[in-house]
Amino acid sequence: MSFKLNNRFKSISGFVLAIGLFFAVPSFASQDTVVVDTTKATEAVAVDAAATGANVVDSATTAKTEVAASADASTTKVDAAKEEKKIDPQVYKNFIYYVLLFLVICTVVAVIGKVISIYELTNKMNRRHNPLASNTFQASLLFIFLFVFLGGVYYSYSHHGGMAWRDAVTEHGAKIDTMFIITTVITTFVLVITHILLLTFTFIYRMKKNGKAYYLPHNNTIEKIWTIVPAVVLTVLVLFGFFTWRSITNVPEDLQKSALQIEVLGEQFAWSVRYPGADGVIGKRNYKMTTPTNPYGIDFNDKNSWDDIQGSDIVIPVNKSVRFHIVSKDIIHSFYIPDFRVQINAVPGMTNYFQFTPTVTTEEMRERMNDYKYDYVMLCNKICGSGHYNMQKKVVVVTEAEYKEWLATQNKYFTEDLQKEFAAKDAKTPQLKDSVNVTASLN
Amino acid sequence: MSSTVISHSAEHHDSHGHHHQESFISKYIFSGDHKMIAKQFLITGIFMAVFAMILSILFRIQLAWPDKEFPILEVFLGKWAAGGRIAPEFFLSLVTIHGTIMVFFVLTAGLSGTFSNLLIPYQIGARDMASPFMNMLSYWMFFVASVIMIASFFVESGPASAGWTIYPPLSAVPTAIAGSATGMTLWLVSMVLFVASQLIGGINYVSTILNMRTKGMDLWKMPLTIWAFFLTAIVGMLSFPVLVSAVVLLIFDRSFGTSFYLSDLVVQGQILPNEGGSPILFQHLFWFLGHPEVYIVVMPALGLTSEVISTNSRKPIFGYHAMVYSLIGITVLSFIVWGHHMFVTGMNPFLGGVFMITTLIIAVPSAVKAFNYMATLWRGNIRFTPAMMFAIGLVSFFISGGLTGLFLGNAALDINLHDTYFVVAHFHLVMGSASIFGMLCGVYHWYPKMFGRMMNTKLGYLHFWMTFIGAYLVFFPMHFMGIDGVPRRYYAFTEFAFMEKWVSVNMLITWAAIVAGLGQVAFLFNFFYSIFFGERAPQNPWNSNTLEWTTPVEHIHGNWPGEIPTVHRWPYDYSKPGHHEDFIPQSVPFSETMSSNFLHDFEGNEEAERIQTEWDAQNKK
Repeated sequence: MSFKLNNRFKSISGFVLAIGLFFAVPSFASQDTVVVDTTKATEAVAVDAAATGANVVDSATTAKTEVAASADASTTKVDAAKEEKKIDPQVYKNFIYYVLLFLVICTVVAVIGKVISIYELTNKMNRRHNPLASNTFQASLLFIFLFVFLGGVYYSYSHHGGMAWRDAVTEHGAKIDTMFIITTVITTFVLVITHILLLTFTFIYRMKKNGKAYYLPHNNTIEKIWTIVPAVVLTVLVLFGFFTWRSITNVPEDLQKSALQIEVLGEQFAWSVRYPGADGVIGKRNYKMTTPTNPYGIDFNDKNSWDDIQGSDIVIPVNKSVRFHIVSKDIIHSFYIPDFRVQINAVPGMTNYFQFTPTVTTEEMRERMNDYKYDYVMLCNKICGSGHYNMQKKVVVVTEAEYKEWLATQNKYFTEDLQKEFAAKDAKTPQLKDSVNVTASLN
Repeated sequence: MSSTVISHSAEHHDSHGHHHQESFISKYIFSGDHKMIAKQFLITGIFMAVFAMILSILFRIQLAWPDKEFPILEVFLGKWAAGGRIAPEFFLSLVTIHGTIMVFFVLTAGLSGTFSNLLIPYQIGARDMASPFMNMLSYWMFFVASVIMIASFFVESGPASAGWTIYPPLSAVPTAIAGSATGMTLWLVSMVLFVASQLIGGINYVSTILNMRTKGMDLWKMPLTIWAFFLTAIVGMLSFPVLVSAVVLLIFDRSFGTSFYLSDLVVQGQILPNEGGSPILFQHLFWFLGHPEVYIVVMPALGLTSEVISTNSRKPIFGYHAMVYSLIGITVLSFIVWGHHMFVTGMNPFLGGVFMITTLIIAVPSAVKAFNYMATLWRGNIRFTPAMMFAIGLVSFFISGGLTGLFLGNAALDINLHDTYFVVAHFHLVMGSASIFGMLCGVYHWYPKMFGRMMNTKLGYLHFWMTFIGAYLVFFPMHFMGIDGVPRRYYAFTEFAFMEKWVSVNMLITWAAIVAGLGQVAFLFNFFYSIFFGERAPQNPWNSNTLEWTTPVEHIHGNWPGEIPTVHRWPYDYSKPGHHEDFIPQSVPFSETMSSNFLHDFEGNEEAERIQTEWDAQNKK
């Protein structure tokens, strides 16, 4: 039964390879580059040849197919660029080549598998078979994996960690960083120790001839220890984290008021920034008042809004507490500045707050990073649609003087057009006449 | 009571021989037999897993080569990959459906559905589930839900694309994203059916475990797998209905103009009339399921590996009671930690602090489980079957993924890590990889029970190593992207200067994902080939103690040909000193193992203790 099936399987795979060859022939002459793939293919030939003589012809043809495939891959790109509308037939061919390549790899794997089983069978016949050989082999592989794993962790920590880490540039961010490092040290220690134990146990206590496991159903002392120790460590982390969290989110009311207030509005797929202007108070916003000329939906009946300033970027003074009011116009976005360790969602229908104090100006950061183009950036971190991946706003930290200078150059939200619109509306309601006068005097 | 009735009917069948010819439809399609339903769940789950895996490879290709064209994609995906490049909205659809299918259809239904159905009747000694009809209904609702979910790829506006968490307003307003039109409706319908399926299944599991245990099988003699399935079913029964309520309210918002989740919206310049709703409400409802859901996903995996690690270490599971209590602890705590998904959503920060405390407490039972696994391996006599390899892989993932939970559960650290690749790395290791490894471990271990044949071990090892190394290569570097502040669900890393350095890492990840993905072919081939051509399995291939291995290899209606065996001992009597073999099945009475009995085995039965002491005095000098 299985013999018959094997034959059928071989004939089918032979047929598939023949079809591949048929596709390959016309373009075979166009090979140019790709040394790597050719060597791979020849390796396949070598393995096949070593395995069974009969397979040589087949694998030689597949090697050819494969060379052709890679050669074609390089030509297709050009073709695809030339012809955008219609899909090049070459695309289909390439696809088939990759499928064939995969089948060749599968064949190689199958051949290796067969070789191993033949080896085992001969061992059995010669009565040299060790039934635990493969068991020991897997145990050794796991043990080798331990070192690969530890090496990988070290490499990743140093290489990727180096790429990733930048010190926080805010006051609360420094606290978060300290806690992050403490947590990293603890978790890395546990990660390394547990993996050493796990993978040496599996190696040392692999099944051996006449081996017997130690019957140990439980040991209350040791179980208590490894319940209590994690509990204590976690309690420390929890308390540390809890108080840090409270200190970040629970800002006393007088500090809330004395801070510089800035409102940021998220919408698909842009951010708008609103500074309070001279009065230090951000005017009301009413989404129902959104018009093409007033896309922000500012309620100009609230006089506080008349002097509100539109920021092209988020520019904030260094070492000064800033309280951000985060709102959304349409769906949920997230106000996220990685360098500042700042994140809060922008949720329609409610205002969220995040207050923090930046400590390093953009200029200083550029020097620190040794990258004169470096900028802080605020990005959207909550899935919000097709433009989600590019919803950003530059954040610039400057000195107090530079901040004032910059703010003076920014436009007001209450533009002349809007004032006219507003005045025209108010002309109908006489009791608000004086407000129009104020508008005029503002300019 | 009920078990006697069923056993009677089984004997009745038996006395008449094999005359009961079942038609193809009643045997393979609308089957009420728990073994067949388990296989149905498994194969559907595998199909969905492959589907979701292909989706993940598609978006990985986009992330690794954001500027390159792959004309072949246009062949398969048409307008969603016009010019050979995946469209941004379709990218979001891919991540959404990948997440949904993997979390719900593979790791919930595929895992619990398969192994609860297969093992609960087998391991507690029951003829079948409490309600075979409900069981069948559970599978078919799941099947229809799967079909609807996949069907959403064939609607004009595309599948749901608001992320698997479908936060409104994005998921509620079709003008915000095309996927929130028909695609989202199909998603919601599919999920309602899915939850119904899980609920029906869960009720069945719980009632079977509570009512239909064989003689002698008290709760403290149940294998840990059964404990895990039992507690998982309870978690599911209590949390899934909340998801339905969330989903139904969302359907109301979408279709009937209510404002449960919507307020103050100006979408694409259009002022929407909704007022007074709160998007945060949805998040509370969603995560009330969503967090227990990760334990629904991981607890069965832990149960399966407990069994496999003990069997293959030839050693009792260390701290059986501690394992059960930590599962119970996880079950209870899993209901009061959901807020840690919402630290930065604008939820009251004080509440965030409280959720942080409960979240970090849940690490204690998890740590106990990990340590107990290692203590089980210590001084064992370990046999590395492919199932055992996957179980060891699970322990590794559970630790390395669980540890990063200490970062994310900490509200202060979460500020900077929330919704970044750090989160992606964390949950893919601790619940994704760990529980898929638990599932694969279960498939390799119980395959002989399911199909009466053995899987090829060499292909199993190949599959293990490709998947294990692949998973670490894919997910480990992602932590560092998250630390750098790279958000998840970004279509391309090309728009930000600080992200450009990660494109090369993305290429490594994508290659690892592709190779690991192709490695699954080794499993698929092995699985389907062995069904028909695998080596025939012996009755108890792993020398295991639990009751399922006392049933004949050939599946029969009612599981045991004669009477259901009585249980005399706990399921972990491996390598008991004094016994001539290294395992003693649960159905072997103490009277047959006089040489290996301990006095405390008799749980205070004085008569038995007296007999044992006398025997010891005579035979042990």
